[in-house]
Amino acid sequence: MIVKRNELTWFERLYLPALIGGLKVTTRHFLNTLTTKTPVTQQYPEEPTRVLPGYRGAPYLVRDQDGATKCVSCQLCEFVCPPKAIRITPPGPTGKPADRTNAEKMPEEFEINMLRCIFCGLCQEVCPEEAIFLKSDFSLTGLARSEMIYDKDKLLALGGTHPGIQKWKHKLDEAKEQETFPVKV
Amino acid sequence: MAWLDSLTPQTQFVFFTLLKIACVLGLLLTLVAYAVLAERKVSALIQDRVGPNRVNLPLIGSIPFLGQFLTKLGFWHPLVDGVKSFIKEDFTPGHVRKIYFWLAPAISLVPAFLVIAVIPFGSTLGAQKMVIADLNVGILYTFGIVSLGVYGVVLAGYAANSKFPFLGGIRASAQMISYEIAMGMSVIPVFLVVGDLNLGKIIEHQAQNGWNVLPLFGGGFSAQSLLLVPCGVISFVIFFISALAETNRLPFDMAESESELVSGYHTEYSSMKFGMFFIGEYANMFAGAAMMTTLFFGGWTLPFFGLDVAPVAGEWWKGLLHIGIFMGKMLAFMFTFMWIRWMLPRFRYDQLMDLGWRRMIPLALANIILTAGVLALTNR
Repeated sequence: MIVKRNELTWFERLYLPALIGGLKVTTRHFLNTLTTKTPVTQQYPEEPTRVLPGYRGAPYLVRDQDGATKCVSCQLCEFVCPPKAIRITPPGPTGKPADRTNAEKMPEEFEINMLRCIFCGLCQEVCPEEAIFLKSDFSLTGLARSEMIYDKDKLLALGGTHPGIQKWKHKLDEAKEQETFPVKV
Repeated sequence: MAWLDSLTPQTQFVFFTLLKIACVLGLLLTLVAYAVLAERKVSALIQDRVGPNRVNLPLIGSIPFLGQFLTKLGFWHPLVDGVKSFIKEDFTPGHVRKIYFWLAPAISLVPAFLVIAVIPFGSTLGAQKMVIADLNVGILYTFGIVSLGVYGVVLAGYAANSKFPFLGGIRASAQMISYEIAMGMSVIPVFLVVGDLNLGKIIEHQAQNGWNVLPLFGGGFSAQSLLLVPCGVISFVIFFISALAETNRLPFDMAESESELVSGYHTEYSSMKFGMFFIGEYANMFAGAAMMTTLFFGGWTLPFFGLDVAPVAGEWWKGLLHIGIFMGKMLAFMFTFMWIRWMLPRFRYDQLMDLGWRRMIPLALANIILTAGVLALTNR
């Protein structure tokens, strides 16, 4: 396709129409912003920001609908983490048992170094228990590097409960269906 | 004031000149600082933004209404910007030409201040004329000094010894030299009409015969004043465009053009050396605005309420009012500069040269002939 380029008239070549057009646009914006006071600026610390669903913020551990730790200390997230920000201490043979049914163990300690974390979301993707999620927090601050290493308690507190996805409840329902398997009439 | 009268006239002259220099320089630097703030606020408003509104001073900020208002206005930002530019690291890159690198900011700063010396910024205050140096060849002096301003930019580009500043310096030199010609030619009609090079006399003439840009009021209608209107308008438009080019403002900011040359001739500068370029640039804008006010818009005069004559003894309020009128006109031009910055895109380099050499210089020449013809025909 060939775009036809019209020759500019002598009036247009005086720059005047362009000048007047620009004058109109800038005047309109200037007066609008001055009088109606609706600038597009979002004044961040005062006005809270809206984070859209699916935003990849800081990774936190979540509890299930009963308030129990979902993480089973499988260490998949630790292995997959590209910047090696996650460090999990498994309970070992003598450690505390898991605080929920359907799980053998829970981590003794679970640390995420938020200074190393790159918020890629691989931990969330790899987790078989749906125990770690990238939440909407994006502005993490601390006065020392040690403050930026979040431990298990802090991660669980920040993550909160996550009753939306109940993997083991669905598994239980499936198991119950299996018990009465052929009966479906 | 008895001790003042006891001084010799020479000592009095020196005293008052120093006083005027101190006042004008102090005021100019304050205005420059707040012009930067105004630039940021105006651009913010034109782009539907809020603009600087953060800095809050401890004591003044707690005054109920005023403190918050000043913060919202960004009133303290120039103060903080100044402090910041002083305490930043003054880094001199290893590859620069040291002597010129140190010299360039000063050379770009000084001419801008020197131009202000001949501008009559008010009528009289007491017995003192409100102009630092009442030169008979004021306008020649101005053009001489303004043409020095380009050396700061060129020297900075050369001293930085790297490609972007060098390109910026080259562009600036070509641009400022070509537009200087158009600028110089555009004011010749003014002097043909006025018949004097003293800026004070030019204002007096405008008070009697109407402003040079529109010489209709004052002296009353006549064939001559009607015929001189197009001359004045063309003169002013050429002068205004040249002033934009001379002060490196958009749409002619070839020397800086952030999108092409990082920041042009002052890329390698930091801290207060960069600050000096910045102050120089804005002081140049003020000088340009003051020149336009003086040459085309009647300086400190207004054509009504008897504000176009110098105050007689005792009318000190009128003297102050004249200074206010001058400032108002100058600030209106500053606002126009800022406004135009967000109105027009940057010219391409060849378009800039084309506009300067092939459009404005012939037009300015034709305007001189036209004005001379009008003056000759109407038997001046």
